[in-house]
Parts: sequence; C-alpha cells; structure tokens
Amino acid sequence: MVNTRVKLCGVELDNPVIPASGTFGYGQEFAELYDLNILGTFSFKGTTAAPRYGNATPRIAEYAGGLLNAVGLQNPGVDAVIEKELPAMAKFFHKSVMANVSGFSLEEYVEVASKLDGCEQVGWLEVNISCPNVHGGGMAFGTDPVAAGEVTAAVKEVCRKPVIVKLSPNVTDIAAIARACEENGADGVSLINTLLGMRIDLRRRRPLLANTTGGMSGPGVFPLALRMVYQVYEAVKIPIVGLGGVSTAEDVIEMMLAGATAVQVGSANLVDPWACEKIIRDLPAVMEKYRMENLTDIIGGAHG
Amino acid sequence: MENQIFTIANHENLAKDVYRLTLRGDTSAITTPGQFVNVRLSGYYLRRPLSVCDWQEGELKLVYKVLGHGTADMTRLPVGAELDLLCGLGNGYDMEKCGSTPLLIGGGAGVPPLYGLARRLIARGKKVKAAFGFNAADEIFLAEDFAALGCEVFVATMDGSVGVKGLVTAAMEAAGEYDYVYTCGPMPMLKAVCDATACSGQYSFEERMGCGFGACVGCTCKTKYGDKRICKDGPVLEKEEIIW
Repeated sequence: MVNTRVKLCGVELDNPVIPASGTFGYGQEFAELYDLNILGTFSFKGTTAAPRYGNATPRIAEYAGGLLNAVGLQNPGVDAVIEKELPAMAKFFHKSVMANVSGFSLEEYVEVASKLDGCEQVGWLEVNISCPNVHGGGMAFGTDPVAAGEVTAAVKEVCRKPVIVKLSPNVTDIAAIARACEENGADGVSLINTLLGMRIDLRRRRPLLANTTGGMSGPGVFPLALRMVYQVYEAVKIPIVGLGGVSTAEDVIEMMLAGATAVQVGSANLVDPWACEKIIRDLPAVMEKYRMENLTDIIGGAHG
Repeated sequence: MENQIFTIANHENLAKDVYRLTLRGDTSAITTPGQFVNVRLSGYYLRRPLSVCDWQEGELKLVYKVLGHGTADMTRLPVGAELDLLCGLGNGYDMEKCGSTPLLIGGGAGVPPLYGLARRLIARGKKVKAAFGFNAADEIFLAEDFAALGCEVFVATMDGSVGVKGLVTAAMEAAGEYDYVYTCGPMPMLKAVCDATACSGQYSFEERMGCGFGACVGCTCKTKYGDKRICKDGPVLEKEEIIW
C-alpha cells in the first residue's frame, strides 16, 4: 500500500492533486461528473472585491503546446462568492477549499482575503499576484519583489489561515520574488501562473485575442514550470505548490521531485474534464512502478 | 455531459469545404437539437466544438466546414477511425416555444443544427420553412435534405447563381409568412436576421471556446438576463435577451 497523503501548510491532504484556479470554476460543472471529495482540494476561480465581467471575446486561443486565455478575472465578486458559491459548494465538497484571491490594489487584496479568511470552508488563501490578463493590478504585484512582499505582509496581517502566494513566471528571477514572499510571512508559494503570449489572426492581421495578449498554459509550459519549482525549492523553506502543464500522474511525481509539496492541474481539466480523477487513480501504480511508498518522502528528491 | 468514443461509419464531402460525418456510438447524452459536441483531434490541444446535425439511438451526424488546420485535418479521418467526443453540450433549441409556422434561418456552418430541429418540428406537426444563405452554388449543402423532410426551402446566394440574389435576409423575404424564428450562423448574420423580422425567436451563437462545458468562462457574453457562457448557458439565446 502506497501513501499519497501530504501536508500543505499544516493541513492534511489525501493526495497532492489540486485543480488549478480558473480551470475549475467553483466546482459545480465538475461535481456533476465525479465525486470531488477524491481531490486533495481545489482552488476556486480568482475572486475580486467587486463583480467582474472580464475581457471582451475572443478570450481563448491555441498553440501547439496548449492554450492561451485572456479571461480577465471574470467572477461574481467576493460577497456573492460567500453568499452563493460557498453554500452551493458545501453540498458537494466536504473538504477545505483553496480560495484564490485577486485584486487591483493592496486594499482590495486585503479586503477579499480577510472576507474569505473568515469562511469556515476555506482552508488556504492563494493570493494571485500574477494574473497577466488584467491591467493595473494582478501581475504588476508579482513581478517586483518589493510589491510582492508588501501584498504578502498586508494579507498576512488580516488572515488566520495559511497564505500561499501565486507567482508569475514572467520575471527574470522567480526565486527572488519567492524569497520576498517568504520574508514577509507567506506560508507557501504556488507557481507558475500563465506565461504572457499572443497570437495573430492572419485573416484580420490583428491580435487574435481581444485583449491582445493572453496567458499560455498547457503541456508546452511544463518544463519551464518544473525548472522554476526546482529553483524556488533551493531558495525558500516554505512549501511550494507546483503547477504549469501538469497532465499525468508522472507529471505530478516530477513536480514533487523538483520540490512541490502539492501539485495543481489546470488546462488538462478543460480538454479532459475527468483529468484529475484519472491522475488520482493512476498515482498509486506510478508510485509503485518507481518504488515510492510515501509521496511526502519524495518532495525535493531531485536535488542532490 | 458524457465522454463517448464514436466510430466513423461514413465521411463524405457535401460541398466546397463542407463534410458530413456519420458516427456510431452512444448518443444518449444528446437531448435536444442545437446542442453540440466537442471533438478531440490528434495533434491539437483544444477540442473542436461542432454542432449536432442530427442523431438517433446509436447514430450521430455532424456536418462541418473547414475553417482552419484542425478541421482540415479532420477531413482525412478514415471510415472506421475512432473519435473522442464530449457529448450533450449546450442548451439547444426549445421546441415548445414556437408557433405553427416557424422559419429556420441558417448561413454557412449555421445550417447543420437546424436539420435535426426541422425533423423534430415536422414530427410535431409544424409547418416548417427554411431560409438559407450561401456564397455561391458550389457551397450549397443540405438544402435538398431539408426539402426531403417536407420543409419549404428558400435559398439566397451572393452571386445569384441559385435562388434569390443577396444575403439570407433576401431568402427570408421570399419565405413569406412565418410566426417564429430559429437561427444559427455568424454574428453579423444573426444581427441582420434580428433586424429583418419582428418575430420572436431563438438565436444560436458561435464563439471561440476553451472547454465547451462552462468551466473556463472563455466564451462569456453579456445579455439582458446577465452574463452567459455561450457553451453552457447557450449557444441558443432568446431574441429578447440579446444585446447586439
């Protein structure tokens, strides 16, 4: 019998598999397909203080290694999430959920985080300082160590639950950003958010996405994500949630060997809605194949 | 929604860049005309959303137009090949709301889903008319199939080579009296249809999609009834809720 349990910032998970924010809504669409309680947890859609429609369409494009999205943080706002989405979620998901906190100012991050911190269902706050699809917020905080540290400190000030800061890969030195978060009290970091990219529509000779640029995700970014998790593992002591193109149980193991304590699955959910169920089902056999008894023991195992 | 594997029983060229796939498999997730399937294609990351042309127990018909590399590669799929489909996506048309003489209006790739709708409306005793817009004679497809069902078919072509000359709105004029509209096609066509008729109706929209089942909110549009995902809350919207 293999053991897939891991502990993320003091909270036990049955397994390290976590659907990533923005690919899983508030769980509703997937709860109709399989029992979500098999998941480690899931990270719900990035939530802001006020409701947001997001960007104009087209919001979706494709590339050989996956997709680009420029949704722009469409969400009903934190109050509606607390009044409607969390009670609806309680009917089908009985574990602690990861609340993805987004914002456009320090004050907004603090407001959203403190409100969600007060919800019993919320086990962790994942602070998104890395959304590439909004202007004047999001990624602006995640590409500068000082700003990343300030958001982290401000959110930590008002939260009792573990705070995981979600990092952008659109930086020269992601380890420096991770260190700034750790120094300001982050309980963990998650990486990577999407990579800034674009496509051009040949017929119109204009950017394909209405937002001009979008975030790249999917298997094509996996090696880059893995490299960044590996680098951050050497730079910080707090747990890392690894993500970026993870699609199989083998990818999960690779991420953990690079240094991830838990692993998020994003784009794969969109092309195969049962992707996480399959990954969780496949994990024990893959562990046995590579003679792994305890997943916890392999975290960072690739480092000499 | 269900994930089903279908086998290609027939694959034929209907008109310029237009193909019909006849598939064998479990169609039980498909409940109403106007729904779509999301097709996995080898070599492409995202699935391709294709409207359901018609279905019955064990058989599914898809008619698609070549628009890019993905659909171009699809044309080379041989009989006997397997296709991985997400089935039963989208709300589809509501067949309860029409009067006695509905007009079905389609342009280009918007024509196929109206076929399954026409067959079922006729079975319900409706007098169904159809108005189609095509660029030229060599791009016309399915018009004879609609006629064979018992529809009165009106065609408009841009070059006037078949039917009346002009846009689909010219075919609508030729169709005469009708009391409800079901339509599908590109946004400019839907807008033109809306402007050309006072009738109530249901409009099926196209949009670039990520997942096709409501998770990624990549295809959201604003309506008078709130934000809607074209893939999950649509693709069919009521005329009264549409914001042009």
